[in-house]
Amino acid sequence: MKVTIQREYDFIEYDVDMQDATLLELLDKIKTQQDNTLAYSSGCRSSVCGSCAVRVNDKEVLACSYKVQEGDKIEPLKNMPLLRDLVVDMQKSLEANKRAKTWLSSYNSEAKLTHEDEKINELQSDCILCGSCYSACPVYAVNEEFLGPFALTGVWKYVSDKREGEPKEKIDTIQTNGVWDCTLCNECTVVCPQGISSKADIEKLRAKSSQFGYMDPNFGNFGGGFDSGFGFDGSPSF
Amino acid sequence: MKTDVLIIGAGGAGLTAAIAAKKAGVDVVVLTKEYPTRSQTCMAQGGINAALGNVAADSIEDHIQNTLKSAHGLASEEAVRYMCSEAPATIAWLDSIGVCFSRTADAKITQRKLGGASAPRACYAQDYTGLKILHTLYEEALKHDVEMKNEKLLLEILTDENGVACGAVVMDIRSGSKESYFAKSVILATGGYSRIYDKNSTNSVKSTGDGIAVAARAGAKLLDMEFVQFHPTGLKNSSILISESARGEGGYLLNSKGERFTNELAPRDEVSRAIYAEMNKGEDIFLDIRHLGEAFIDEGLPQERKLAKLYENVDPVYDLIPIKPVAHYTMGGIEVDNNSQSSIEGLYACGECSNHRVHGANRLGGNSLLEIVVFGREAGENAAKRAQEIASHATASAKDDFLAQEFTQELDFYTLREELGNLLYAKVGIVRRESELQEALGFVKECQQNLTKMGTQESSLRYNTNLIEFLEFRNMLDASEAVITGALARKESVGAHFMAKE
Repeated sequence: MKVTIQREYDFIEYDVDMQDATLLELLDKIKTQQDNTLAYSSGCRSSVCGSCAVRVNDKEVLACSYKVQEGDKIEPLKNMPLLRDLVVDMQKSLEANKRAKTWLSSYNSEAKLTHEDEKINELQSDCILCGSCYSACPVYAVNEEFLGPFALTGVWKYVSDKREGEPKEKIDTIQTNGVWDCTLCNECTVVCPQGISSKADIEKLRAKSSQFGYMDPNFGNFGGGFDSGFGFDGSPSF
Repeated sequence: MKTDVLIIGAGGAGLTAAIAAKKAGVDVVVLTKEYPTRSQTCMAQGGINAALGNVAADSIEDHIQNTLKSAHGLASEEAVRYMCSEAPATIAWLDSIGVCFSRTADAKITQRKLGGASAPRACYAQDYTGLKILHTLYEEALKHDVEMKNEKLLLEILTDENGVACGAVVMDIRSGSKESYFAKSVILATGGYSRIYDKNSTNSVKSTGDGIAVAARAGAKLLDMEFVQFHPTGLKNSSILISESARGEGGYLLNSKGERFTNELAPRDEVSRAIYAEMNKGEDIFLDIRHLGEAFIDEGLPQERKLAKLYENVDPVYDLIPIKPVAHYTMGGIEVDNNSQSSIEGLYACGECSNHRVHGANRLGGNSLLEIVVFGREAGENAAKRAQEIASHATASAKDDFLAQEFTQELDFYTLREELGNLLYAKVGIVRRESELQEALGFVKECQQNLTKMGTQESSLRYNTNLIEFLEFRNMLDASEAVITGALARKESVGAHFMAKE
């Protein structure tokens, strides 16, 4: 089976004798038997540690859960500095969690979480921080400071949790480079290996922001902002 | 660089230690060879034990007795008593920082029964318990402004002229350069060593026993390294874990003739031995959950169906799942006292790399997540206290010049790593014989002596994973040696260590 992998300066084609294998199994075989210099990340091999996210044919996948196909083109994640071959530096993307304050700020010990309450953010708490959504997000082309999909999903996880005693503090934090900078393009949802929709979470955070008195800054803001009041698709945003 | 408390490892134990030390008011730096959320803790599925009695009557005393029984007399009753008594407050703390535990209809944390427990005692978050605890600890560490430095491989523990730990040397994986960190206390939280069995392990490829090997080279004592828990149902080709709940819910184990041959609900070591005996007769072994039905499998075991399809090309709704027992959890580790301090003053250990004498010869399901939080906090608090009592930093120079040697690359360590794993699985695995242990020890010693004939083909230091894996292989050899010498010294079968007659 032939695949091409983006190396430091060029794509290199590898011919590996393997059938019905995951991409990670193929990378492991190349690394140990053909080319010791190939760099990539892996850990659990079972889709839960988030280490092995890469792009195959321009779409983010976990190498450990993707069945590799003849002719696949494999590249590192986007929107993050490249360290080497398929390895990117996730430092800045992870720091978005800190900027967005994705933690329980104040524990409301009076809150009683029921079985139904548990379901409210169960999906969001399945996030494995693989960075696929961050890589797929087009907003980074125009705003490097955008908090981004996984951090905002993390914020919704806590805002929607009855144990959070200060949800407004969370909402205050995500007004700048946050919920209003998302274009709702849904690319993050398409690539999430855990089935999480950050776009949907961001929409919920926008609704919550409105409840706390915030307004869409693009709304009625003629002449301001990079899009002069018009969205990416050219339609007016008012 | 200088700090008060240096923590190496950022899984559940390391992060809990970091939060505790930071709350105690000292400066903390956490180093990890991956990123914090990628550690082995994220793979824990089943639950975390605490005698809350939320679902059925339970008591701390029962938790203690169940744990001691499972340990086959090799646990410290004092340590077990402490861990089990701290469990309810530990769950309350995890709840207070936001862990999304599954709940009962009346708003309590729900609990389920795991093997060896006399009551439903394991709190869980669907089958993502470890993942959700780990991520919440990570977020709590961010809240407390814990400094975390990613992609640093531990090379050496530094000790001053009095033999007291005063820091560590790591390799920055990104640049390949060595860095020294000086600290008043050092905590190791580097995880277990199941990957010495290579592909015959459920663990992350990063569970290579680094902290244990490095600590031992610095002179720390190891304890009970021979106790390796084998999980009965790893997928045959990939060793990916199929959860014990598959048998708990009524799954059968079958041989090639389609016969059941053991009690599927016996303890892990017994079931593993029964499977191993069948395999030695030439039988292939399968897990059969077809009779549970598609609806149940999709609701209760969705991950298992996905992984069986992906890695074995079988759909458990219609097909048998090929399995074999594989290395899952390592009970042995760095010996620590009641303060989580190792035999080296100033060097603490917590989590799977440590041995707090709470698991003995066989760990009870649900006790590993409990251990990392209870003793992670202990290690963090004690290390912080020590740091506060010490006036100034000591410094020392690195002594381990392993990488300064010349490596000739006559031997391929990847081939030897695979050989080591298969050899340990066959000869230092579920059933052991003295002659076979000696044979395995011979192989390990030969590899150790031949390390300079290995080395890496990749010369660039920048993000050289070839070099990192070679350094890990060295650690795996040292951990293997400790496992085998421990096994040779223990003549009697106990728990996970089973000696057969020659």
